[in-house]
Amino acid sequence: MENLTALTEEALQLIADADDLAGLDHVRVEYLGKKGSLTGLLKGLGKLSAEERPAAGAEINKAKQRVQEQINSRKQAMEQAAINAKLASETIDVSLPGRGQVNGGLHPVTRTLQRIERIFAAVGYAVEEGPEIEDDYHNFEALNIPAHHPARAMHDTFYVDVDDYKNTSGSYVLRTHTSPVQVRTMENKEPPIRIICPGRVYRCDSDLTHTPMFHQVEGLVVDKNISFADLKGTVDQFLKAFFEADVPVRFRPSYFPFTEPSAEVDIQCTNCGGEGCRVCSHTGWLEVMGCGMVHPNVFKASGVDTETYTGFAFGMGVERLAMLRYGVNDLRLFFENDLKFLRQF
Amino acid sequence: MKLSESWLREWVNPDLTTNELVEQITMAGLEVDAVEPVAAEFSGVIVGEIVSAEQHPDADKLRVCQVAGGAEIAQIVCGAPNARPGIKIPFATVGAVLPPGADGKPFKIKKAKLRGVESFGMLCGQTELQLGEDDKGLWELAADAPVGTDLRDYLSLDDNCIEVDLTPNRSDCLSLKGIARDVGVLNRLPVVEPQITPVAATIDDSVAVQLNAGEACSRYVGRVVQNIDVSCPSPLWLQEKLRRAGVRSIDAVVDVTNFVLLELGQPMHAFDLNSLSGGVQARMASAGESLVLLDGQEIKLRDDILVIADDEKAIAMAGIMGGLATSVTHETKDILLESAFFHPIAIAGKARNYGLHTDSSHRFERGVDYKLQEAAIERATALLLDIVGGAAGPLVIAENDQVPADRVVYLRRARIVSGLGFEMADDEVVDILSRLGLQQVSADASGWTFSVPSYRFDISIEEDLLEELARIYGYNRLPTTSFTADLTIEMQQESAIGLDSVRRQLIAKGYQESITYSFVEPKLQQLFDTSDNKIVLKNPISADMAEMRTSLWPGLIGALQHNLNRQQGRVRLFETGQRFVSSDRDMATLKQEPMLAGLIYGTKLEESWSAQSESVDFFDLKGDLESVLALTADADAFEFIAAEHSALHPGQTAEIVLNGVAVGLIGTLHPQLQQQLGLSQSAFLFEISQSAVADAKLPKFLPLSKYPEVRRDIAVVVDQKISVAELKLSVIKSAGNDLINLKVFDIYVGKGIDPQRKSVALGLTYQHPSRTLTEEEINASIEAVVGALQQEYDASLR
Repeated sequence: MENLTALTEEALQLIADADDLAGLDHVRVEYLGKKGSLTGLLKGLGKLSAEERPAAGAEINKAKQRVQEQINSRKQAMEQAAINAKLASETIDVSLPGRGQVNGGLHPVTRTLQRIERIFAAVGYAVEEGPEIEDDYHNFEALNIPAHHPARAMHDTFYVDVDDYKNTSGSYVLRTHTSPVQVRTMENKEPPIRIICPGRVYRCDSDLTHTPMFHQVEGLVVDKNISFADLKGTVDQFLKAFFEADVPVRFRPSYFPFTEPSAEVDIQCTNCGGEGCRVCSHTGWLEVMGCGMVHPNVFKASGVDTETYTGFAFGMGVERLAMLRYGVNDLRLFFENDLKFLRQF
Repeated sequence: MKLSESWLREWVNPDLTTNELVEQITMAGLEVDAVEPVAAEFSGVIVGEIVSAEQHPDADKLRVCQVAGGAEIAQIVCGAPNARPGIKIPFATVGAVLPPGADGKPFKIKKAKLRGVESFGMLCGQTELQLGEDDKGLWELAADAPVGTDLRDYLSLDDNCIEVDLTPNRSDCLSLKGIARDVGVLNRLPVVEPQITPVAATIDDSVAVQLNAGEACSRYVGRVVQNIDVSCPSPLWLQEKLRRAGVRSIDAVVDVTNFVLLELGQPMHAFDLNSLSGGVQARMASAGESLVLLDGQEIKLRDDILVIADDEKAIAMAGIMGGLATSVTHETKDILLESAFFHPIAIAGKARNYGLHTDSSHRFERGVDYKLQEAAIERATALLLDIVGGAAGPLVIAENDQVPADRVVYLRRARIVSGLGFEMADDEVVDILSRLGLQQVSADASGWTFSVPSYRFDISIEEDLLEELARIYGYNRLPTTSFTADLTIEMQQESAIGLDSVRRQLIAKGYQESITYSFVEPKLQQLFDTSDNKIVLKNPISADMAEMRTSLWPGLIGALQHNLNRQQGRVRLFETGQRFVSSDRDMATLKQEPMLAGLIYGTKLEESWSAQSESVDFFDLKGDLESVLALTADADAFEFIAAEHSALHPGQTAEIVLNGVAVGLIGTLHPQLQQQLGLSQSAFLFEISQSAVADAKLPKFLPLSKYPEVRRDIAVVVDQKISVAELKLSVIKSAGNDLINLKVFDIYVGKGIDPQRKSVALGLTYQHPSRTLTEEEINASIEAVVGALQQEYDASLR
């Protein structure tokens, strides 16, 4: 049986030396196969006495098992190494950017409009829209701005050439404000009304601080017992919500033909905090909105009973608010659509 | 309205700093636009007197002057041609600092030697002190100017110009008197008005006045002043007040009328009496009548223009501008002064119709106090007689029965509460309104009646009184509240997609939202729309913004070009907004249609380590658009039908059709247009009506089948002109109900196939809801499909 030990050692050595799965299988066949040398030892058991046979048989099987285990473990190790090698070869640079379209983005005006809309929608205002080519009646007359009223000079109006058009009623303009949407809403809906009217408006004016087209959001509330104090509260809360800050707000008497009393609204300069700087022309205040109580003549034109209802309206320039909110220093950038500008929002 | 602070303080002088005063005026609704010092910074300049002036020994043009004013007589070398003994001039002593010149640095006066003669200071002209435009020589001050006085004190230069940007309703503040009145009210101070005493007539001459225009001119006051000397200059105080109000001094007559306009708010006019034929009248012009205005231009009058005329002809556009023929010249000896009330409605808009805007028209169209005329003409007469001498005739006052009636307004106590949100004490209400010049006519249990002063054209209803109460009480002292409203839950349409989702979808596909002008360049638009029915602006801001867009594409192309010119080679843009289409010049059918449009240009993906620099094509854009259409949950409802469009590639253009209605277009920019626009690569564009992507289908559950799906692939060869959409339609019709999915997975053109034909590979998936389909059933369906394709499209199996 001294042969058993030697054969076992020999097999184990070969297993250790094998450098691939084929070599390993060769060792298995040579030692553990049907004709293998360790298997052969079992055949020699017949020569032993019946007493010796079980122990010797067990001895041989133990050796075979040991070799088999060694083969298995070696095989596993080799397979693992192969997997590891494969994985290693598949390593990528995970810091490289992913593949696909890079997101675009919203125009800052849209972004600002959506912010304004969300703030008002949260307290039950509906959004109303209207035509941009508007008739004189809705843009002016119904808003208490009769022809030749000096207030028309406040609106540098674009007129549409409809000289040879059919079915015209008076003159047509590019709406100078979104206020006509108020009129159209009041013509079609009974109070209570709580709406905002966002959209493009047009003024025939173009310089550093004016573009011939810009955006406005107009708000209108008509109900019983609506007072100037409610208007102040609404505007004040909106501005604080919009700027996400407890900005001081002040109201200055002003004039719009469609409201009475009327007010301009200033916020403390967001740039200098009221100290005075270039942005606020050293006044410490920035004009951001106009507002007022709906003029009875506007109610009359739209068929709202002035004894039952009162209301307020406010209007703001969207680009102005976007400039203040995001620190944009040139109005004209909004309509150049330069990707380097648009991508910042 | 521009005025000097010191002039205002002559009328009413609250104990406030300039800044406080300006803030107070602004917060009362008279917005101050600017406050500027009336004179540049300078110091050390006094009133000097030239005692003697002798020729400089070595220079023809210089004189050596001895000047009094300082501690002792000083020697000054001076080059001014008018330097002569006896005149009083601004004298900058050694150490004086003159206003900064073009270099921005103040100019310091030092002792100097000019051609060997010592000079101790400098004698100044207007321009050196930046106090006027006369650069011909020394500024000759009035003979009574006190020698030795600091010039700033003498001229009251420590003063500010306050510019008030008045809203059109406050015509009452288009004068010093009006602003002083409000300042007085705000500070509870009396306003000191100059004494205006009637000038007694010393001659009998007068001009008859007739009012023949009804309400347009209901009051006209005239007065003859004879034998004036227009060569007399306006006194310094008058010139300075005008200058500080932004008005140039012309001659004494014009200066006086301008002064009264600024001081009291009454526009006035002076005619050369001897150029008039007979009396004057206010009448409407006869159409076509012509008039040469003061500024030299000849205008043709319309019959809605109010004029002042003599017996023969129109001599002035009433309230707007006088005529040249009857204007005061340096030869004028006798004048007719006019102080009239022209109704705002007669004047409003008229000046603008003729491209005119004057201080007078500005006031009349907003409303001039209709009780002011006599006082104004008396004020003007007295000033004139003082300055240019002469003799005044009696006032001729013409008035008809259409002078505006005094208005009364009833104010309910309850309205103050409901309008302003708080109860104002009765005595405060009455106090504020009476300080403003309203008079309480009567009072009852629920309110008061007030009469409105003749200068307040903006007060006619209860709300106007609320504004006055709020304004004087202080807008910012008024309460601020939140209002309550019923919390009503409104119907919510679940299937509404919302423009925001559409935008987000395109953003996820790499598009940047743009906003372009709604008016575009006609030439560019013509390339995209060859019709001649575009909406054109009467007064565009410029020729390249003259037409309303009929498509969002010209704007997107403009934005593309802007970015290509700025080194951006890859552009993906979309825009939402209205387009304006009038197909038959009919306003009743004008469509202002909200559209969604997109444009792609450049590579499919951003340059990256992994992306090939492959350029976008039609199907990249179509895929992006389809992802938007998919929001409607029925993308198959949209048909893409080959079409043509002037701006698009004839073989790569599709009309987008929904339920038989064309809702949009998609295509490749026409290569010729691409070249014309200077684009090096193809651009791809789509535009679709927002209404087509506004609604989704509400999901409706279908039971899931447990039985296996079976897929069969077939390839058919058809003529290249046949669209895949047509083939798919045929397959769906002929395959039977169990076809649950149909895919086109390959298109092949080339070797092995007739060059006129293409191979289309179709994948058909079958499934039955309640059993396993048999081989025979599927075979039968495939046979039906192939048969139909053969029959309808001459298709053959490949």
